[in-house]
Amino acid sequence: MKRLTWMFFVMLACMLSSILGYGAESLTGAGATFPYPLYDKWFNIYHHVTGVKINYQAIGSGGGIRQLLSKVVDFGGTDAFMSDEELQKASGEIFHIPTCLGAVTVTYNIPGNPELRLTGRLIADIFMGKITKWSDPKIAGLNKGVKLPDMNIVAVHRSDGSGTTFIFSDYLSKVSPEWKEKVGRGKSLNWPTGLGAKGNAGVAGMVKQIKGSIGYVELIYAKQNNMPVALIKNKAGNFVKPSLESVSAAADVDLPADTRVSITNTDSPNGYPISSFTWIIFYKEQSYNNRSKARAEALARLLWWMVHEGQRYNEDLLYARLPSKAVEKTEAIIKSMIYKGQPLVTW
Amino acid sequence: MKQLSDTLFNAVVRSCAIGTLILVSGLCVTLVIHAMPVFRHSGLSFLFTSTWDPLRQQFGALPFLVGTVITAVLGVLISLPFSLSIAFFLGEYFPSGKLSIFFQSATDLLAGIPSVIYGFWGLFVVAPFMQKIEIRLGIMPYGVGIATASIILAIMIVPYTASIAREIIKLVPSDLKEAAYALGATRWEVVRHVVIPYAHSGILAGILLALGRAIGETMAVTMVIGNRNEFPKSIFDPANTMASVIANEFAEASDDIYLSALIAVALLLFLFTTVMNMFGRFVIKKLTVRQES
Repeated sequence: MKRLTWMFFVMLACMLSSILGYGAESLTGAGATFPYPLYDKWFNIYHHVTGVKINYQAIGSGGGIRQLLSKVVDFGGTDAFMSDEELQKASGEIFHIPTCLGAVTVTYNIPGNPELRLTGRLIADIFMGKITKWSDPKIAGLNKGVKLPDMNIVAVHRSDGSGTTFIFSDYLSKVSPEWKEKVGRGKSLNWPTGLGAKGNAGVAGMVKQIKGSIGYVELIYAKQNNMPVALIKNKAGNFVKPSLESVSAAADVDLPADTRVSITNTDSPNGYPISSFTWIIFYKEQSYNNRSKARAEALARLLWWMVHEGQRYNEDLLYARLPSKAVEKTEAIIKSMIYKGQPLVTW
Repeated sequence: MKQLSDTLFNAVVRSCAIGTLILVSGLCVTLVIHAMPVFRHSGLSFLFTSTWDPLRQQFGALPFLVGTVITAVLGVLISLPFSLSIAFFLGEYFPSGKLSIFFQSATDLLAGIPSVIYGFWGLFVVAPFMQKIEIRLGIMPYGVGIATASIILAIMIVPYTASIAREIIKLVPSDLKEAAYALGATRWEVVRHVVIPYAHSGILAGILLALGRAIGETMAVTMVIGNRNEFPKSIFDPANTMASVIANEFAEASDDIYLSALIAVALLLFLFTTVMNMFGRFVIKKLTVRQES
């Protein structure tokens, strides 16, 4: 009994010391699931290189924003930038920096799975239930020489609230006024037709199961599973296949200083039109909740590393790199972080 | 010394019991508090309208309520013939022996399979099968929908009804049955006039437990119900349930009213199961009293 009590105290002491030990050198974050595989790799490497441990919980963009607003994390991750309304709710100024790029692809299941060409308006009409047959002349007109079946179209969407849906509906809102008015842009929508499935895996599974279906999944997911993806007509009039290059190209446009911008329906001639940044969010004034200066600096260094050295790991994991214009903007934002009113970044 | 252990044990048991009570009422109070904003925002139309549009802040939970009731009740109805047959077979006709034990653990095993596996099985095996039926019937071959979800639920809840009913049937005193046999009753007549009247309240309890399980099931249902937030028109239509909509939309609900609407759905689910439970207890009590008199 006595031995057990001793062991208990020794274990308690070990746990306490490890908690205290990590205090200065560990950061916590929470948010978007979409960049999680990349963040996980980054933070793992960063831990090896610098000894700073980072605990990122992929609980979803909404959760990441909530946790940052209640100041229980050092940084949040989000696929949709915070609205002005949400920013006003915060007790301090919140910064956004983009970390990588993702894209939403349109995938389908028709006999032979030929490569299809689609326009944004057409996709909007399909997901609004206005085009119900694959053999519709509007689809056939864009795909001369492709044999389209006389099948009903089943539109599959995400049933869970997700950044993927936000990006997809953001694009459709820009290209189709009717979509904007009737459905709109958001993480969860009032879908006029079709089926809902949970997660990228759910949509992919459902599309594979149902002949004549069409759905949308993240680029990474479509690539890893070798799913057919549609070429989509961009603003410049080119039909662009989703790829790391075309996604990166989509972001090669002029960005506002706070980087809160939607790059769907991009002006870039070679850009894939349903691309988006994913962001890390954090407070400008880092001294909240009695955080130590060391902790604030550790965060600033981490962010700097993510948009510079970190970028070289992006493509292996099928995330597109930030274009140099975006990196420049990000540098300026990190340099304007403050601690008790004083500039934090002095290197 | 003995007195001390007695008091100690008493205190522990008592505090645990009271703690549970506090926890449940605390849960209810929290749900009510956090659900208030949406009731203030849309009033009772939350319960009686069927548009669920988080963007425009229109929240009508009726389709989820209806979807939950239809899938759960349909699931129980489909499962009943099977679960009751299993219960009578293992409780009355074949109650002992190695093979019987094997059958018993096989049905109990169904309860131990994680629901996500049922979901996958439903999506990849039952849904294509339903698609074929739907093509025959000439309706939109979604494959997923209320019918598929009910079938999956039925399989998931078979062990609950079956094992409780089985144990109750085994408890029927053999002197009663022997007396009936002595009067020349056939096996069917014994089951019909002795076993069922004696065991019906317990069997009903098993059915209600299964219904409770069906109402709360989330993962498997989400995967095969089609998640359409609309009022279903036929049993092959995709629909949605309360548990499923919470699981789907909670993580990304950052807007206050939206979050409150989801919590209100949770409150609805909580009240619904509580009412079901109380109704079940009431029925069981009624039946038991009648039996004793």
